[in-house]
Parts: sequence; structure tokens; C-alpha cells
Amino acid sequence: MMMTKTHSSEKVPLWRKVLSGLAEAPPTGLLGLVVLFTYLFVIVFAPWLAPFGEATIVADAFAPWSAEHLLGTDSLGRDIYSRLIYAARNTVGITLMATLLAFVIGGALGMVAAVVGGWVDQVLSRLVDMLMAIPLLIFALLLLMIFGSSVTALILILGCLEATRVFRLTRAVAMNVAVMDYVEAARLRGEKMLWIIRREILPNILSPLFAEFGLRFCFIFLLVSSLSFLGLGLQPPTADWGAMVRENAMLITFGRVTPLLPAAAIAILTIAVNLVVDWFTHKASGLSK
Amino acid sequence: MNQLLMTVAKRLGLGLFTLLIISMVIFLAVEMLPGDIATEILGQMATPEAVAAIRQELGLDQPIVSRYFDWLSGLLTGDLGQSLATGQPVLELLDDRLINTLYLAGTAALISVPLALGLGVIAALYRNTLVDRAVSMFTLSAISMPEFFIAYVLILFISVQLGWIPSMSKVDADQSLLERLQLTILPAITLTFVTCAHMMRMTRAAIINLLSSPYIEMAYLKGLGPWRIIVHHTLPNAWAPIVNVIVMNLAYLITGVVVVEVVFVYPGLGQLMVDSVAKRDLPVVQAASMIFAATYILLNLIADVVSIVSNPRLLHPK
Repeated sequence: MMMTKTHSSEKVPLWRKVLSGLAEAPPTGLLGLVVLFTYLFVIVFAPWLAPFGEATIVADAFAPWSAEHLLGTDSLGRDIYSRLIYAARNTVGITLMATLLAFVIGGALGMVAAVVGGWVDQVLSRLVDMLMAIPLLIFALLLLMIFGSSVTALILILGCLEATRVFRLTRAVAMNVAVMDYVEAARLRGEKMLWIIRREILPNILSPLFAEFGLRFCFIFLLVSSLSFLGLGLQPPTADWGAMVRENAMLITFGRVTPLLPAAAIAILTIAVNLVVDWFTHKASGLSK
Repeated sequence: MNQLLMTVAKRLGLGLFTLLIISMVIFLAVEMLPGDIATEILGQMATPEAVAAIRQELGLDQPIVSRYFDWLSGLLTGDLGQSLATGQPVLELLDDRLINTLYLAGTAALISVPLALGLGVIAALYRNTLVDRAVSMFTLSAISMPEFFIAYVLILFISVQLGWIPSMSKVDADQSLLERLQLTILPAITLTFVTCAHMMRMTRAAIINLLSSPYIEMAYLKGLGPWRIIVHHTLPNAWAPIVNVIVMNLAYLITGVVVVEVVFVYPGLGQLMVDSVAKRDLPVVQAASMIFAATYILLNLIADVVSIVSNPRLLHPK
């Protein structure tokens, strides 16, 4: 929960606010939150939850579901249930890093463009227009071919490409704030650009940025999964949901649902984030139900 | 009318300029490739003479600017160079695959656009009811699922359990139209799921947005039925945003095909691109990226032009 602090609400303790917020939550939002916390739990406690190691070969290839190997084993004889749990860490970790990077770059440049304006804004905006004219997946494929599929390269490439989208939104919402009288006042009394951004602009655009963070997270998450599925994302033996679908895809032709489970894990997390974002934007826009 | 033509011409010019910049970006990106392409082809053990010979053959000894213009003029005249992996001319590789991809994207568009419009109108008509909520829940899940999830669910049920359609969509030029359609239908349905949701949401939003206008209230007061109001009075004014989002989603199809083609082993451009990236086959990747980017820009251009043309304020300047 991220809320802009106002002076009147400072006396109410935080846990009270959270509790009353939860009480008013729509059932879909609550459901999303519960799912998010479940994923978080799995990510934090992965090594304790997984019965086997991420890359350990424990049995024959393609063993069926059993008490020992809950979801069977994959083409190399690794425990699928354990890999499913470890993959949560890897995929979500990379996505979070890339999303944060996108917000640091895109958010900072977007606010600078809005506050400084003039040719700085023109140059940055046209540059972003150009970069956005190439389909994201195609651009990512091209860059991955050049820099190779290391974890660092993945985070940098996705972070930089998505930064263009973040830039657009940040610039647009920051523009609305930058024309306010109090920003003009700060300028006239000689405050530096960084001070204006930190004290006047940022606090006022946090809530649209927070909603955007959720949506960007989903988008990058699906993109990472797609790239891994195509064999160009996270490299083996690292467990990754997208890659696990690819590795076990042939089981589908025997009518087994195992390869669908990692794909479902991706879908459920994305839906949950969307539900929470919906709830949040509804709340932030002040609309009643 | 003049003002309209000017705006459209300006937009077209900007599109062409963007395309030129994109071609530079794609060309330069490959230039940044660490290591030498010639050594990459021949392997680490190659003699310096052999490397020099192949550099000359590929024109790598030329300055970068002249190589860019060579590449660009080749692109325009259809000479796309040769694949590093197979030695085949790139144009030959692309030819059939481009048609296959367009066929798939076209089929998907033919299903998803009418479906999205229909669902959007229904959701707007029954807004805030159970029907609306069901449709919106369905679309939310459809947007949130990775393409390969939908694709494998379809394969599991329709190909494996029911055995109606083979899971591999190996189309080729010799098949009859009906056979081809049968093989294309599963990938097309997968793409429909992904694109339909967004279009439907925008259609619903565009219609609901207009429903609070005074002229719609007037229509209600005249005693017209809700169906007639939406189809005859609201929809014509909602066209601009709707067409815009339709074309944007067709552009999205361009990247959507990549994953879907890989799942169904459909011999299209997307699958070729993924294979070539894995093999680091530069000329093929460059050409394929250029085609994808050009189509994407073209579709966005069409979306812009449509929204300019359908804006009555520009059609009747004072």
C-alpha cells in the first residue's frame, strides 16, 4: 500500500488505515491481494518449500505424478514441483528488477522533460517516439541476439525498452502538475530543478505511477515469460516458468497437463496484479463502487 | 479539405522518416555486435587470409556509411543478401513465410474484429449487469494469459483429447484453401483471444463515454430503444477511437504471431525470426525485423490517418 501522506490523516495509525482500507475492498481486490501474498510467501521461502534442488537430477526422465515427485519429473529427470517453486524467484525477480529500472530511467527523464520543457523535452520525446515505433518483442529479440541472453542483459534490455512507456506516462502526468501555481512559486523563489521534482512533482504523481507500476510489471512479466518460452530468456539450468513450458511441451501430446501448470502460474499472478491495480485506481480516482 | 490533406501528408512524411530512422537503428544495432562476423562464420581457428576474404565478400571492409546505403538500397530493390546459416538468398527464405504469416494474421483479424465489436456493444448495452461483469472478467483473464498458455490449452483439448485438428500447423503452398484454413484455425483462435479482449474493452468504453451526451439523452426522450440508440446514434460517433484500437491491435498481432507460430510450428516469419536469432543469422534477423517494424509503423499510420479523416472538425474547416 502506498499512499500520499496528508497532514490530517497523520494521527490515524497506519495499521488502522490499512485495516479500514481492506474492509472496504471489493472481493476481487482482496482475492488479488491474497494471491499476491501467496506468491510472495513462495518466493521468500522457496528453498524450504521445495523438496529438491532447482537443477538436481533426482529420477528418470518424464516420471509420472507420484507421492515422491508431486508433479513428476521433466526431460532431464528434475523434480517439476521444485522447479515450479524456484522459478517463482527467478522470473519474478528479473521482472521486478527490470520494472524498477524502467521506472528509474523513464520516471526520472519524464519528470525532467516535464519540468525543464523546451528543447530537452522535444529531444527526449522524439527519441521515445522513434524507439516506440519498433514492436517491443522484435526489438527485444534483436537486442538479445546482440548482447546474448544473460540475466544482466535481459534486465537492462527490458528495463530500457519499457522505460519509453514509463517516460510517456510520467511526462504526461508531471506536465499537469508542472503548470500548478505552487510549482511556479517554487521556481520563482529559486529552487533547483531536483528539489522541485522531489518535493513538488513526485509526491503528486505517485498514485498514477503506482498503478502504472503494476501494469508495467504484468507487461514485462509476460514478455520475460515469452522470451524464455522462445528459448531466448533465462538460460538453463535456471528454472523459469516460460522455459518450463517449452521444455515439457511434448507431454501435452500425451494428454498430460503438467506443462500447463507453469503457464497457469504466470496467468494467475498477472490476473492478481491486475485485480489489485483495478482496485487501487478505483480508490485513487475517488469513484464509489 | 486542403487542411485535411496537409495533415495526412504530414503524417505520411513523418511515417516515412520514422521508417528511415528505424532502418538505421536496426542496421547499427547489428553493427554493435561484439566480435567479428567473419570470425563468427569461420570459427576461431580461421586463418587471417580466410577472414579477410570473407570480410571482403560480405563488404565488411567498406566504411559503415556506404555499407548502410548499400543495405538500404538492397532492401528497397529486394536484394536482402544471403543467410549466413544456409547461404540461401534471404528473399527466398522470407517469401513463402511472409505470405503464411499474413494469412494467419488475416484469419485472426477476421475472427477477432467482429467478435470484439459485438461483445463490446453487448457489454455497453447491458452495462453494470451480470453479463457485463462476466464479459469483463473474461477479457481481463484473456489479457493476463501468456499466448502459449491459451495455445497449449487449445492443443490439449482440441488436438489431443478430441483429435479434431492436428497440433502442428504445417501449412504449405500445395494445400487446398480448406486444408490450409483447418490448419490455421487453432493459431488464429489463440491470437483472437489475446487481441479481442483489448478491442472489446475499448469499444465498450467508447460507447459508454458517449452515452452521457445530451443528444443521446434526447434520443432516449424521443422514446427510441436502447439497441437502436447504440447502433444508430452512438456507434457512428465512436468509430474514431474504435478503429484506432482495432488497427493498434492488428499491429499487436504482428508480435503476437511470433510466439504462436513457435507453439504450432507454423512456418511463418515469426518462427524464422526466432530461429535466426538463436543462430545469430544477421541478414535474416535484420530483414525480418525491418518487415515487422515496417508493418507496425504502417498500421499505426493507418490508425492515425483514420482518426484524422473521421474527425468531422477537420473535414469541414471554417
